[in-house]
Amino acid sequence: MTDTTPPFPRRFGRFAAGLAVMPALAGCSYANLSFLAPQGPIAAAQRDHFWLVIAITLVVVLPVFVLTPVIVWRYRYGRRATYRPRWSFSRRLEYLIWGVPFLIVAILAVFLWRQTYALDPYNPLPSDNEPLHVQVVGYDWKWLFIYPDQHIATVDELVFPADRPLALELTSDTVMQSFFIPSLGSQVYAMNGMVTRLHLAADGPGRFRGENSQYNGKGFHTQRFSARAVSPAAFSDFVERVRRQGRALDRPTYQILDGRNTVPELTRALDGMGDDALRFSAIPDGLFSAIVAGGPVQALLPGPVVTSARQTPLHQPQGGTP
Amino acid sequence: MTLNHFLDLALGRLDWHALPFWEMVEQPTLSHIVNGSIVTAAASLVVLGALATVVLITRYGKWKALWSDWLTSVDHKRIGIMFIVVALVMLARAIIEAAFMRAQQAVGLDGGFLSAEHFGEFFTTHGTIMIFFMAMPFLTGVINYVMPLQIGARDLSFPVMNSISLGLTAAGAALIMVSLVLTPFSTGGWSGYPPFTEASFNPGAGVDYWIWAVTLSSLGSTMTGINFAVTIYKERAPGMHLFRMPLFCWTALCTSILMIFAMPPLTVATAMLALDRYLDFHFFTQDLGGDMMNYVNLFWLFGHPEVYILILPAFGVFSEVFSTFSGKRLYGYKGLVIATMCIAVLSFTVWLHHFFTMGQSPSINAAFGIATMLIGVPTGVKIYDWMLTMFRGRVRLTIPMVYALGFLILFVIGGMTGILLANPSIDYQVHNTLFLVAHFHNMLVPGLLFGMLAGYQMWFPKAFGFRLEQRWGYRAAYAWIAGFMLAFFPLYALGLLGMPRRAVGFIEPAYLPWTIVAGIGALVVLFALFSLVMQFWLSLRQRHANRVPVGDPWDGRSLEWATPAPVPEYNFPVIPEVSSRDAFMREKDLGQAYQRPAEYRDITMPANSALGPILTVTGFLMAFGLVWYLWWLVILAGVASLGALIARSFVRRTTKVIRAEEVRETHEAWLRQVAETPAVTRDREQETSNRGRPAAPVSGAVQ
Repeated sequence: MTDTTPPFPRRFGRFAAGLAVMPALAGCSYANLSFLAPQGPIAAAQRDHFWLVIAITLVVVLPVFVLTPVIVWRYRYGRRATYRPRWSFSRRLEYLIWGVPFLIVAILAVFLWRQTYALDPYNPLPSDNEPLHVQVVGYDWKWLFIYPDQHIATVDELVFPADRPLALELTSDTVMQSFFIPSLGSQVYAMNGMVTRLHLAADGPGRFRGENSQYNGKGFHTQRFSARAVSPAAFSDFVERVRRQGRALDRPTYQILDGRNTVPELTRALDGMGDDALRFSAIPDGLFSAIVAGGPVQALLPGPVVTSARQTPLHQPQGGTP
Repeated sequence: MTLNHFLDLALGRLDWHALPFWEMVEQPTLSHIVNGSIVTAAASLVVLGALATVVLITRYGKWKALWSDWLTSVDHKRIGIMFIVVALVMLARAIIEAAFMRAQQAVGLDGGFLSAEHFGEFFTTHGTIMIFFMAMPFLTGVINYVMPLQIGARDLSFPVMNSISLGLTAAGAALIMVSLVLTPFSTGGWSGYPPFTEASFNPGAGVDYWIWAVTLSSLGSTMTGINFAVTIYKERAPGMHLFRMPLFCWTALCTSILMIFAMPPLTVATAMLALDRYLDFHFFTQDLGGDMMNYVNLFWLFGHPEVYILILPAFGVFSEVFSTFSGKRLYGYKGLVIATMCIAVLSFTVWLHHFFTMGQSPSINAAFGIATMLIGVPTGVKIYDWMLTMFRGRVRLTIPMVYALGFLILFVIGGMTGILLANPSIDYQVHNTLFLVAHFHNMLVPGLLFGMLAGYQMWFPKAFGFRLEQRWGYRAAYAWIAGFMLAFFPLYALGLLGMPRRAVGFIEPAYLPWTIVAGIGALVVLFALFSLVMQFWLSLRQRHANRVPVGDPWDGRSLEWATPAPVPEYNFPVIPEVSSRDAFMREKDLGQAYQRPAEYRDITMPANSALGPILTVTGFLMAFGLVWYLWWLVILAGVASLGALIARSFVRRTTKVIRAEEVRETHEAWLRQVAETPAVTRDREQETSNRGRPAAPVSGAVQ
């Protein structure tokens, strides 16, 4: 991914990024917040592209900053500078003011085209290791991460081995949301009844802030999660632990998970305690596709049938709206 | 029928919960009390403001004058002024809302004082008002006032339709104001994306308020677009070829073409959403074959041209400002026209950049990204054209010029961030964050708002006959520039740090310094608003000293400055003949300004019509009835609207005649006044000796 970027903007980028986030450094940790301090190849390429575009665009922007004050000062009223009230056209200048922006846009367009293809979120990332498949479901106001190969699921906690890229499938069981881990890479919408894809990777172990960036109601601002890249051994331990200690995702539990609540509210409703409160074991196959199809998710799950089970996710009980 | 049945029919779904203070009475928690008090105070302001207006009008006995001189008037100038009054009132409300949001985020680390629902209403009303009830009426008002004067016309082609456009916009604005008293409003943002705005997620009245307010406004704007375009095509004075029109008229033409083609998709989108909500259609739900992305496409098919509807008239104003206050011809007129047309056409080819992150193929994203960047070319050309207009001119730093220079510098920053956002791979990072919010405010505040305020400062003397006060005017302009920078540059940083838009609170301490600076910026913007009010108040008090009866206080170049200030109803005693660009400047150069016409004739003008105000009331009542399910009201108001339209078609006397004798008297009196008024040079432009007659220009504006 990164080898498509020329070396110069890379160096310039690092320098400029350092300058830009300097004020934010004052006593705060920002390392997991922004693509300007990238933690993965995608975010790094995006940062380089960001600074490259700024550098090229400055060719037309800087003259405005410099020349406007100069012109206003030099030709201010009451001064004896040259005055040509009828002068209103110059062919040579016309070529310049149409030509230069056009040239800039042409150059930028080449980069745009290349980067759009190179960083397409649907592209699998090159890696020696198999990607980890995770299916992401957006609810109001939390994310469910289903690990189909491991048959486990977690809420608002995405754990993956640092040496394997992530291959995500996204959908929403409610209104549209946008799944976003800024320091790793792109955001993509998660939409009800549809599946979108996203590929991410981390440079190494770390903890990265993730969020939903599309407003979806009063719990929106709490819909943050943490993505953790861990060592392969730690990942196996994690999977084992969830398999052993995670709770069963039965029908009543899913009913609550599917409702409109924030993570603390959900934890309270499920009487959960500790780290494993929102980790689920024994996830059946086909849960994700059942959610996408809007079909009978409940049929896949154990436990008593909930009488108020909804046919489609769009007929949810209302919470809080008068 | 029991009383309950009757009440259900009579009140629909209106009940005590609609009152802004009801929740805090029922459940007096701290959060409810704080939020309830804010809404209640705002609602009281609305109610008291309306009452005070009624009392004052009654006390001064102005009802008749209000009705016959203003509300039923179809004079494009009066309608233009009323549009701007609506815009300024709504501007004040939306700025105060913005200040609340900035204040909330300044203390938003782990909390704040606003509830999430209330914050949602704040950003929704702020956006909806600023676009549909501030920006649109403001630019419509300015074009309404200035464009017919500039092309040498007596009125728009369809004066009564103009009055109806105003009425529908005002009805929509009134609906939003009423939503403060009978709550709630939508929390779905100004773009109202389903399925969040569908009945299953938001069954309350809020989204319906939004739908009908926007629908009323979009209908009004479509008619406005038709009206402006036809007027420019058909009503130009003899000799006013398209390529002799002032650039402002060109931008007005492009804007109206955009209005004609871009507003209907919005009307359709909101109508379909209404069908979903009221009649259980499934256009935008995922079940039963609907698709929310259809809405998103329709909305941005309107939404992207809309931003050029907003910005182009401002470009027109700036073109007039740069050339007038540099005492120089506009540089690259034809280039500017071509650039304007390019922007108008390209604006329909880029809507997809509002949802690069939908998951479509990279080819689509790349094509739309490049189309988006292409718009940067004509826009960049314009920036350089304006700089070259000042080059070798005589630049006077008047208030409109301060706005224009602030615009020039700040706008290119917004342009640069726009180019960034046009790159899908970068957009994947900054989409939906405060970076985007900073970007579009960077385009619309220095672009649209500064443009409209510059136009307001420049044309106010034309409309009311006296210049605006200077000191507070400068303060407002500088405070706007400084306030904008303080309030929005931090949002760029916050967006780059991954802070999403529309978040009532946050947990990252790294955001706090930036949100505090932005909060201070909001205070400076509030001061700018206060300065505008002060300026207006002082101007009213000093109006006798600042009169400019001759009508040309800035040594203007186009035809509107050839008329007295304020302009008589018929605009020109005799329709002028035009032989070049900058028509009035040429007359002045040749010493042929202020001529006595060879002959005065009777002038036929459109007669007053009550249709506009009637449709304002019935349109409002229909929308209000739809919001609260008051079906009897919807039917009654609907029948009344239809009745009024039919009755109008039976009106025989649709014109009135102004006698040649009256025109002669008015005009001759003005000519005498012109002769008696001493001409002033440009260095005394801002003094009381400026009575609107510029000193004979020696080679333009140099004296």
